[in-house]
Amino acid sequence: MDAIKTIDEAYRRDVPSFRVGDTVRVNLKVIEGDKERIQSYEGVVIAMRGHGTRETFTVRKISYGIGVERVFPICSPMIDKIELVKQGDVRRAKLYYLRGKKGKAARIQEKEQYLPTAERNTV
Amino acid sequence: MIGLLGKKIGTTQIFTDDGRSIPVTVIEAGPCKAIQVKTNERDGYEAVQLGFDEIRKQKNVPKAMLSHFKKTGVEPQRFIRELKVDGLKAGDTLTVDIFNKGDRVSVSGISKGKGFQGVMKRHNYKGGPGSHGSMFNRAPGSIGSSSFPSRVWKNKGLPGHMGSENVTIKNLKVVDIKKEQNLLLVMGAVPGTRGTYLVIRKEG
Repeated sequence: MDAIKTIDEAYRRDVPSFRVGDTVRVNLKVIEGDKERIQSYEGVVIAMRGHGTRETFTVRKISYGIGVERVFPICSPMIDKIELVKQGDVRRAKLYYLRGKKGKAARIQEKEQYLPTAERNTV
Repeated sequence: MIGLLGKKIGTTQIFTDDGRSIPVTVIEAGPCKAIQVKTNERDGYEAVQLGFDEIRKQKNVPKAMLSHFKKTGVEPQRFIRELKVDGLKAGDTLTVDIFNKGDRVSVSGISKGKGFQGVMKRHNYKGGPGSHGSMFNRAPGSIGSSSFPSRVWKNKGLPGHMGSENVTIKNLKVVDIKKEQNLLLVMGAVPGTRGTYLVIRKEG
C-alpha cells in the first residue's frame, strides 16, 4: 500500500493547510468557449473527507439568502488557488449543524492566534 | 508482442490536465528476469519464460526449481509465466521501460473469489419480484423444456462457484509510468485483489 501513497504524493498539488471551520476563498478556473477566467467562491469549510488525491472539502456559503454547498476535490486542476480568509474555532470534524442555523446563529467563532510559549511570555 | 509480469498494488484516482478525474490502478510491473528461452527446435514453440518477485530465502524454494534458476544464474522468482517476447536472452531483465504513456495494454490475473453464488449474481438472471407475496425471489426459474430434450442443455447457467478464475481486461490505457519505482498506472480496474500477480501484455 505504500506505493499508493507515493502515487498520491506525486500527484498532490500544493494547497495551503486549512481545516474544518475555516473560511476559505476558492479561486476556480471557469472555461467559457475558448476563454478562461477566474471565479471565486468564498465560504466556510464544513467537511473534509478522503485522503491523498481523493480528498475533498465542502464549502458552505449563503448566497442571496440561499444556502449553497460545493464539494471540491482538493487536487483538482480546476482550482486555481485556495486562500485562507479566516481560521475558525470549532470542536467538530463535520459542521453539518450549520445547515439548520440562520443568521447570527450560523456564525463560527474566529480562532485566537495561538502563540508559542516563548513569545507569549514576552507579550 | 511484448509484455511484463507484475503485481496489483491498488487503485486511486488522478486528475488529467483538463480537470477530469480518472480512476487508475497502480501496478508494480517488473523488473522481470528471463529465466529460459523456449525455441522451436527444442520445445516446438517460441517463448520466453519470465520470472517476477524475487524469493529472498532459498529454503523456501523447491530444490528442483532452484536448479532451474541456477542454470541461468537468476535469483529464484515467485511468479513465472511464459510470454512470446522477441529478442530476449536468458538472464536478460525486462523493466517497465517497454511501455510508453498512452499505450494500450491487456492485463490478466486471477479474479476475486466470490464463493458459491446464485444465478442472479453469477449469470445476471433477473430473478422474481421482491415483495407482494412473491415467493420467487432469486430462483433461476425453468431451466429447459420437457420431453424434448429431456435433459438440461450443456452450459446452462446454474448456481455454483464464482470468481477465482483467470480474467483478462483488454485495452487499458497506460496513464503514467514511474520508472524508479517500477510502477505502471493504467486507467480502469484490473482483476484480483491487492497483491494479485498479473500478466501485462502490450496490445497490437
